[in-house]
Order: sequence, then C-alpha cells, then structure tokens
Amino acid sequence: MKSLLKMTWIEAKLFLREPVSAFFTLIFPLLMLFVFGSIYGNNPPPGVGSQGAIDALIPAFSAMVIGITGLMAVTITLATYREKGILRRLRTTPVSPFVVMAAQVIVVFSMTMLGMILLVAAGVFIYHVQLPGNIFNLILGFTLGSLSFFGIGFILAGVMPTARTAQICALVLLYPMLILSGAGWPRELMPETVQRISAFIPLTYVVNLLRGLWMGENWSAHLLNVGVLVGMLVLGVVISLRTFRWE
Amino acid sequence: MNAIVQVDKLRKVYGATVAVDGISFEVQQGEIFGVVGPNGAGKTTAIECLEGLRKPDSGTVRVLGIDPQVDGQILRERAGMQLQQSNLPERMRVWEALDLYSSFYTNPVKWQNLLGRLGMEEKRNSPFAKLSGGQKQRLFIALALLPDPQLIFLDELTTGLDPQARHAIWDLVRDVRAQGKTILLTTHFMEEAERLCDRVAILDHGRIIALDTPQALIRQLGAGERVVFSPDQLLPVDFANSLSGAVKLENQGDRVVIQANNGRQEPLVSEVVSLLAEKGIRFHDLRTEQPNLEDVFLSLTGRGVRD
Repeated sequence: MKSLLKMTWIEAKLFLREPVSAFFTLIFPLLMLFVFGSIYGNNPPPGVGSQGAIDALIPAFSAMVIGITGLMAVTITLATYREKGILRRLRTTPVSPFVVMAAQVIVVFSMTMLGMILLVAAGVFIYHVQLPGNIFNLILGFTLGSLSFFGIGFILAGVMPTARTAQICALVLLYPMLILSGAGWPRELMPETVQRISAFIPLTYVVNLLRGLWMGENWSAHLLNVGVLVGMLVLGVVISLRTFRWE
Repeated sequence: MNAIVQVDKLRKVYGATVAVDGISFEVQQGEIFGVVGPNGAGKTTAIECLEGLRKPDSGTVRVLGIDPQVDGQILRERAGMQLQQSNLPERMRVWEALDLYSSFYTNPVKWQNLLGRLGMEEKRNSPFAKLSGGQKQRLFIALALLPDPQLIFLDELTTGLDPQARHAIWDLVRDVRAQGKTILLTTHFMEEAERLCDRVAILDHGRIIALDTPQALIRQLGAGERVVFSPDQLLPVDFANSLSGAVKLENQGDRVVIQANNGRQEPLVSEVVSLLAEKGIRFHDLRTEQPNLEDVFLSLTGRGVRD
C-alpha cells in the first residue's frame, strides 16, 4: 500500500513534468473550447439543432481527453518503461506488477478527470453554461469511458514490440477516432456516410454517452453506449493482464 | 565459511544456442566473486538465472539458501541487484528514485545516509537523464543497497565509464564489501576482475574454463615478467643465451620482447639492462610487463578477450 501511494505520487509528478502529455490532456482541449467559443459563443452552430455549441463541445472535448490519455499517455508511458528497462529494474525488487499498473491507471485517470474539470469550469465561468442535471451520472459515465480506453492503451503497450511502434499505432488510431467520433467537432456537421462509419469507432460511444448525460438524459437511453464501453473494459482488462510483459 | 550462492550444473538454452552450458560454482560469504569473460560468453544469462529473472533449463541454483524460481519474492527482498540494461524514468529525480524504491522493502536502510556514502549528496535533485554514466551507476548501487542486502549482484557495472569513474566505482565496491556484504559481479574487463575480485570464474562459450583467485591463475600460467625494448641495432644472436635461466626472445618488428619463466631469483629487467650496457647496445622505450588475466585467457583459449 505504501509503495502504491509513493509510486502514484511520483508518477503524477512525472506526468506533469512531461510537457507534451500535460499539454494535450489539460491545455489543448481548453484552447479548442476557446476557439469554438469565440466563433459561436453558446449559440447553436448552424445545422446542429438547438443545442448550444459549448453545451455540445464540453462533453465532446471531454471524450477527446479520454481518447488522448487512453491511447497516448498509457501506451507511450508503459511501452517506453518496458523498452528502456525501467520495468526490468522494478522487477528486481519485491514490488508487484499490479502496483505498477494501478499507479499508472490512478495517475492517468486523475489527469483525465482534471482535464474534464477544467473544461467544465471554463464552460461555467466563461460561457455561463448550465451545469448538467446530474453531475454524478456525468462523472460515472466519464469514468467508464476513461477506463475502457485505458484498456486499449494497455493492450497496445503490451502487444507492440517497441515504444516507437506503439506510439505510431496509437497516433494512427487516435486521429481518425477524434475526427470521426464527433470528439473534435459535432458529428452532425459531417456527411451522412461519415456518420455511419462512426458507428465502428469506439470513441463515438463515449461522445454519445457524455453528450446525453450532459443534457440530463437517463442511463436507459444509453444502454448501447454503456454496453459497448463495458465490453471494451472487460476485454481490455482480460487481454492486458495476459499481454503484460516486464521486458 | 558459508556458501552464499551455490550453483550446480546450471544450463540455459535459447533455441539452438547453449548460453550457459552446465556451470557449477560457489560464492563464499564476504567475497567479491567475478564471472568474467568476453561479450556473449553467457555471463549475463548466468547471473540473471541466479537473480530469478530467467528460468534455468536444468541444474540447481541456491541463492542465500533460496531457490530463485520458487521464492523469488523473498530473494528480491534480501538481495540487491544492479542490471546491465536498465533505466529510471528520465525526469525522476535522484531522491525520488531512492524514496520510491525504499517503499518496496519491509526494512529499508535510510536512503538519506546512502546519498552521502555514495558521494551523491549534491545530485539529490538532479533528474536521472542529467546524470553522468558514473553517477547513474552510483545511483543503481544505492538502489541495490536499499534492502540492506547480504548479497549484491552487479552486472557489467563499469561498461561505458571513463577510467576515472571506473576507479571511483571500484573503490565504492570495495567499500561495500568492507561493510560485510558479499558481491557477485560480471565483467568483460580483465583488469577490473584482477583488481577487484577475490576469486574469478572465467567463462567462455557458456563454460567455466578456470576458477581461482586472479593471482593463482596468473601464477599457474608459469610466465614471469616480460621486458620490451627497441634496440638501435640488431641484437647478437646469442643475446638470450647470455641471460641466466630460461627466457624466450621474440623480435616484433623494431621491438624485442624477452619473456622470463616463472620463479626467477633476480629481476629480468636489471639483467637485460646490464647486458645491453656491457655489449654497448643503445636502446629506447624499455618497459616491463607483468603477466595478467588477459594472458591467462589468451593461454586458455588461444585468443584475446576482445577478438
């Protein structure tokens, strides 16, 4: 327990010292919000129905944070730790691999959550949007989305032979996901064919769930989204436990 | 004397390659024991089998009385390990690494004391990536000392270090042994083995080809000192015969190498110099060489360590 606390604390410091991951998790989504906010304010953008732009973008960008941390932060950190022999060094001590993985999950999840909190705070204080009906539901949905995406990151880190290939693979998956899932901008703005493809993108289900919960919809309206994400989470845990390698 | 490490007919195969081919040895309490040999001889594979990082194909291994494959957890609690290829996160600071690794052990020594002992006090807040090669190895030794271990494994500790840093690390290792620890190290530097180790096992192609103290191995060579010089003219053919005892004279281009047999009474060099003076032969660049572990390896395998 003592080692989990220590490791979590140090990993959190390391995360914040790494400018790239800290920027894309905490700053970049905020910048995106300011760009769109300066264009639309919280008025509905043309062709998107009655939902205000900021109301639509906060959950969408929260999903973007999930995609970035799940695919990039988890994958690159673990793959690099393995390739450089950092895990090897840990393996010569009595520490359990579960502590190593748990510390990663706790840190990356906290940073992801912090990214979302910053987005919501900016929406509330700068654009004066209404807080969603049930903040507890939103946090729960956000947690489910994050953890199911960490699964993908752990699998990539375990399966890819080097840190470099893991990084490239994560990027190749991430970019189309951000564009096609509606995490970058509202999916309603894209042609119908593209919208149909998005059904095959895991991040779409995070975007749909978070947008719905943000607007105060019930869980019963999102059984498909929840089902897909829970399925991803279970697969992620099972596969990453089997593919974890110290070296 | 207590055997801290017992290895019996250890064998490890990778595909068609036999990395370690049935080696046996014991390490006694309080000694610095070296597994030496050229790169690819199987040193790292052997030491990693003892550390529990690799599973032997056959043979028995007992480290501190523990089978590393059965009670690896207990072994890692009691032995310190420094690996040939390992790292810490680039931005982790020295004190953070020590603090973190301390938390893995039930009864760690105070890492604050280690910092001073290893001369790392000033580097306390430096990120790992900013440390020099020697400082990184000091930190790894510090991490290996955290559990207050009876036994420490050091794998290719000074590879890639400059001579000065290497000497400083040797002093550190001797200092650690003086605290009553047993050290098992691997190295491909014969000089390092000779200067640092109480006993060495010379490994070649996965087999132990010699095991003794460095001094005994060199003595068994039966070779005495060598005198090397460059005469300004050809030596008379009977030059070697004019020296007392059995010697071997060899011309290497401009240079002459005279090799004495073991057990001479009078130093060869003084005899050679006075004979040269007596014959009125001028010379330059004269030096003497003592036989060393390199020569032992050469005579056992017919090739140099670096070939």
